Amino acid sequence: MTKTDLPKTDLPKTGASRRAVLRGAAATAALAATNTIGAPMIWAQNIKDVTLRQFGTGVSNLNEVAQKVKEDLGFTLEMTALDSDSVTQRAATQPNSFDIADIEYWICKKVWPTGNLQAMDTTKIKYYDKISPIFTTGKLRPDSVVAQGTAPSKVGFVTEEGSKEFAAEPTRWMTLIPTIYNADTLGIRPDLIGRPIEHWSELLNPEFKGKASILDISSIGIMDMAMTCESMGEIQYGDKGNMTREEIDKTIAIFTEAKKNGQFRAFWKSFDESVNLMASGEVVIQSMWSPAITAVKTRGIPCVYQPLAEGYRSWGGGLGLSKALSGLELDAAYEYINWYLSGWVGGFLMRQGYYSAVPETSKEFMSENEWGYWYEGKPATGDIVSPQGQKLAAAGETRDGGSYDERMGHVACWNSVMDENQYMVRKWNEFIAS
Amino acid sequence: MQAERKSETLTGWLLAAPLTLVLLFFLILPIAMIFVVSFWGATEFSIYPAFQFDNYQFLFSSPVTYQVFAKTFMYAGVTWACTLVIGFAVAHFLAFHVRSLTWQIALFLLCTIPFWTSNIIRMISWIPFLGRNGIANSTLMELGIIREPLEWLLYSDFAVILAFVHLYTLFMVVPIFNTMMRIDRSLIEAARDNGASGFQILTNVIIPLTKPGIMIGSIFVVTLVMGDFVTVRIMSGSQSANVGRLISNDIGLLQYPSAAATAMVLLATVLIMIAIMLRFVNIRKEL
Repeated sequence: MTKTDLPKTDLPKTGASRRAVLRGAAATAALAATNTIGAPMIWAQNIKDVTLRQFGTGVSNLNEVAQKVKEDLGFTLEMTALDSDSVTQRAATQPNSFDIADIEYWICKKVWPTGNLQAMDTTKIKYYDKISPIFTTGKLRPDSVVAQGTAPSKVGFVTEEGSKEFAAEPTRWMTLIPTIYNADTLGIRPDLIGRPIEHWSELLNPEFKGKASILDISSIGIMDMAMTCESMGEIQYGDKGNMTREEIDKTIAIFTEAKKNGQFRAFWKSFDESVNLMASGEVVIQSMWSPAITAVKTRGIPCVYQPLAEGYRSWGGGLGLSKALSGLELDAAYEYINWYLSGWVGGFLMRQGYYSAVPETSKEFMSENEWGYWYEGKPATGDIVSPQGQKLAAAGETRDGGSYDERMGHVACWNSVMDENQYMVRKWNEFIAS
Repeated sequence: MQAERKSETLTGWLLAAPLTLVLLFFLILPIAMIFVVSFWGATEFSIYPAFQFDNYQFLFSSPVTYQVFAKTFMYAGVTWACTLVIGFAVAHFLAFHVRSLTWQIALFLLCTIPFWTSNIIRMISWIPFLGRNGIANSTLMELGIIREPLEWLLYSDFAVILAFVHLYTLFMVVPIFNTMMRIDRSLIEAARDNGASGFQILTNVIIPLTKPGIMIGSIFVVTLVMGDFVTVRIMSGSQSANVGRLISNDIGLLQYPSAAATAMVLLATVLIMIAIMLRFVNIRKEL
């Protein structure tokens, strides 16, 4: 990140004031540092006028990122955070309302055929080679098996530019540039349960009657149901990410019965609902997302993201470009993506318990202790604090589930949309209404 | 003479035009649109024009629809009864027991204070209060009335109705209070002079004369409850569904035609209910 690699002669020689030129130079330097070719940025001045509108789920739509973009790249990034349903809806129906869609891979499967997004040229992505193989080949190690469900590798590429068809193998045209992902499991209140929890089946254990919860987002909730039913030994699924009608019926039937028996305290739809349910002790075991665990912990309430024998349900998000993007805005979007993968964001997200698509670059932005705790699964050597400055773990503690390989290597299935999605949704509505 | 009449007609039309246009663009047109879309088809991510009855067919053939409508009627009915009793009592107190106008106005304003904050906030503030370790449960336990926390206080139909009653009672109080204030006090004196007891005055004089107010309040409460979705979702912890939630779920899943069909059925239901209510009382007399 040195400014000296910037050829001075390439500075725009317009009649701009000295200060404007300097500001332009600073922005150019930042850009050049993250640009593959290091080509002269003629538009260095214009780029400050660019505003990119990004929307997505709350997880990565963070104001800190927008601020840093302004500092490092000079342009404005407007962020809108919505829930997954609204995100899908917007990406599918209002292509002109955004420039960058921060969506999950299963949403991509749903939205891509509308033609509202454009594929990205991987040759313009500086860190493409360093992106975790989970997103390219789907295999963390060469001998791993691609997990069930909408694994990112299955919808990560299209056959050619402008195509609506997903490619089976990595190609030059990428649908989403992976940003963050994680392996999800059940969250528990160890202080209120008081015994080890090892299986997904515990979610329906009558011991937790009236104290369990799952999330009311059908496409994700059905997966947690499937993990539970499989763990109970009730159902063997061909592919949990793409169930048959019969499998859906059976799964919903088991949960409907549990609901009627009063197993569930509530269902949650938004992140903060899940935090409140857990923190208030209304619920002691529920499907949960990693930062929600963090949020409960920062209130000083014990909460564990419990690794389970059957493995994790995983999800991943990425940035997609609106079809409407072109010219300067498109260039700015590529700059943004390259910057996104260059480490600062990764470090920021990893300190909250997520993973970055390019873990290597994040390392430089994390202390050795943080890297060891979050990525390598080593005991912390000092206090682990969140980016907001709250203490999450003391020296000696290790991360729930262990290292990156340990956690991401045990993904049983990915969030997905099924072929029988409409049928599943109707069944889900019945489940909620029952 | 003729020209004068003509210009009068023209003025009449012109005066009516703004409201007509507003209603046309913001009421009739959107509803017509919803009606049209309710016959369209939908794929997972898009909707396409068509003329098919699939949406209605699915709606009427699914047992969930009937369950959900039954639940919606239940919420509307119980909420209506509770708000009516409370609303009538409050209005009666304000109109007949508080003597000075200043106090009437002051107390009436007091009733509206909760409405200075948002609907959602008033609703959500019940959650920590009713929760398992909430104020209600811990107080009851400290008083020794219960040993175990009451689970049904929160995330239950009870919680939903409590929130509805809390949110909508004022809509009952205002019109009832309004009609009560118009009742000629000499009628009550006359009744008393004729030897009517307090209860007889209530049933034979006050209630019949307050009917229009009761009806207006009822229409407010019933339509608000029938169309709600967020109160039910939050207070039942997503565990119960009413028609509004059915629609909102469909919208969330991009199933606009099916949402439109449900909305049309709901609209028809509510209109029928209001028509029935209006058969009982001619509220136009009061307006």
